[in-house]
Amino acid sequence: MMLTELSNLAGTDSGALEGYNFAFLDEFTKREIRRKILKAVAIPGYQVPFGSREMPLAKGWGTGGLQITLSIIGKSDVLKVIDQGSDESVNAVNIRNLVSRMTGVGTTSDTGRATIIQTRHRIPEEPLTGDQIAVLQVPFPEPLRTIEPSEQVTRRMHAEHDYSGMWLHLYEDIVKHGKITIGARYPCLVNGRHLMDPSPIPRWDVPRLHKSPVIHLFCAGREKRIYAIPPHTAVEPLEFEDYRFETEDFGGKVCERCGSSDTFLDEIIDDATGNARYICSDTSFCEKRQRGEDV
Amino acid sequence: MNPAPALEVNNLTKIYGSGCRKCIENTGPDHSRNVCPVCGSVVACADITFDVMPGEILGIVGESGSGKSTIVRCLHFDMEPTGGAAYLRCSGNDSGNENIFLLNSQRKRAVRNLHLGMVYQNPQMGLRLDVTAGGNIAEKLLAAGWQNVEKIRDRGGKLLKRTEIPLERMDEAPRNFSGGMQQRVQIAKALANDPDVLLLDELTTGLDVSVQARILDLIKEIRRSTNAAMILITHDLGVIKLLSERTIVLKDGRIVEMGLTDQILEDPQHEYTQLLVNSVL
Repeated sequence: MMLTELSNLAGTDSGALEGYNFAFLDEFTKREIRRKILKAVAIPGYQVPFGSREMPLAKGWGTGGLQITLSIIGKSDVLKVIDQGSDESVNAVNIRNLVSRMTGVGTTSDTGRATIIQTRHRIPEEPLTGDQIAVLQVPFPEPLRTIEPSEQVTRRMHAEHDYSGMWLHLYEDIVKHGKITIGARYPCLVNGRHLMDPSPIPRWDVPRLHKSPVIHLFCAGREKRIYAIPPHTAVEPLEFEDYRFETEDFGGKVCERCGSSDTFLDEIIDDATGNARYICSDTSFCEKRQRGEDV
Repeated sequence: MNPAPALEVNNLTKIYGSGCRKCIENTGPDHSRNVCPVCGSVVACADITFDVMPGEILGIVGESGSGKSTIVRCLHFDMEPTGGAAYLRCSGNDSGNENIFLLNSQRKRAVRNLHLGMVYQNPQMGLRLDVTAGGNIAEKLLAAGWQNVEKIRDRGGKLLKRTEIPLERMDEAPRNFSGGMQQRVQIAKALANDPDVLLLDELTTGLDVSVQARILDLIKEIRRSTNAAMILITHDLGVIKLLSERTIVLKDGRIVEMGLTDQILEDPQHEYTQLLVNSVL
């Protein structure tokens, strides 16, 4: 390898890899995605189609979230990437390294310090503030897809605010199982108008979207859709008067590491003994508690 | 004082195809055809004007292809008419003085969910066969804004009881039901929102006579107990004779005769009606 190439790989003063545009995407792509984000913010919960680009990451592994992050990130940002609550899963590490090398921005696992938090399937336990942006990776943006296979029909249903099919789906669930059995991807009505798939976050995280001070940006790279929840927007899970929405109940279990009883817990079955262990799904939060920080 | 009609239909026309200026004048019973010889479009129905009173059953008879089903499907917004107007004048309908065909699709859906009930000849069209019988009724109630499962089930149970479906089959899919039972579930669903206008499209066709008789009894009971205006589409003059006060005779998409059912059956004026009545008796 030539010396000049090696020096390129070592990066520039700013820390970003030379030979690439800042944040990998070209400026026209970033502009398109920012425009689509603005539209999504203007119509909370509405899925805005966009021209999803090929990324150096397989579709279905966070290309949507990655494109949003790369379009909005600036040199002074601090990035946190989590995958189901963990900063250290392969997917999170790789996305964090990629963005870091393409921009030179600093990264952190500390939720409080991050300005942009890209996440897959969780919202951090530590309450976010209005200065932060949450970017959620979305596999299936269409909440009505479970009841209606045709995109043309689901778009018409959204346009006409026709959600009786989803209500019927919940009714049938109650009749068959005595309760609503949807775990993750619980359908929510945003701003009293559009039904939205909150991405596969557990029910535990759904109430935290309601009137949150944080802007939540959702993007499905494979399905080519962007949608958003602006700050202080009503997000209401669908529920009946006599069958209310409920978050997960861990039956009094506490985190084995930090002792928390007010967090979303992962159940881990010990292969040898067959016993279940419980630990916080949000690793950064768990470590803070273990260190005795007040979170 | 005469009460106001529940439903008024003026000059309803439905043409399949590109249509041309000659379509209407070149088709109809006088030409014995409904396909326009100039452009090849099918004139399913044209210039259909009638009204129905609250609590009245209006029969529409005619041979297959005469445009009977097209009329009710246009009224139920299953298809868009080519021309004409319809006014639904019932309490609680804020669009009473507007042509319902010109409402936007969201308001059309509201009219359909709150004021109309439809029973199709084929239960597959009116029911979701894989959703429970109770769920099928619930769909209509949910669309009308009901949000309490207990109340929905209570209402569903009452409707199923009224249509003689055993309550223990409420949570079973109509796919497992007999044809007659499916048809009764469909009627229960159509009645769910206490409709002002009930559209019945060949509801006994294809059922055996004893089942037919029970369904016709059910319709009679509904007429006694509600104030719904009903439009009954059939090719069976026996059903018309039993149920409807007034009857429209349709041929090649046009009304050829309209009047009291007794009069039409006893003293048919139009050539085609005479043929129809004589073929039965």
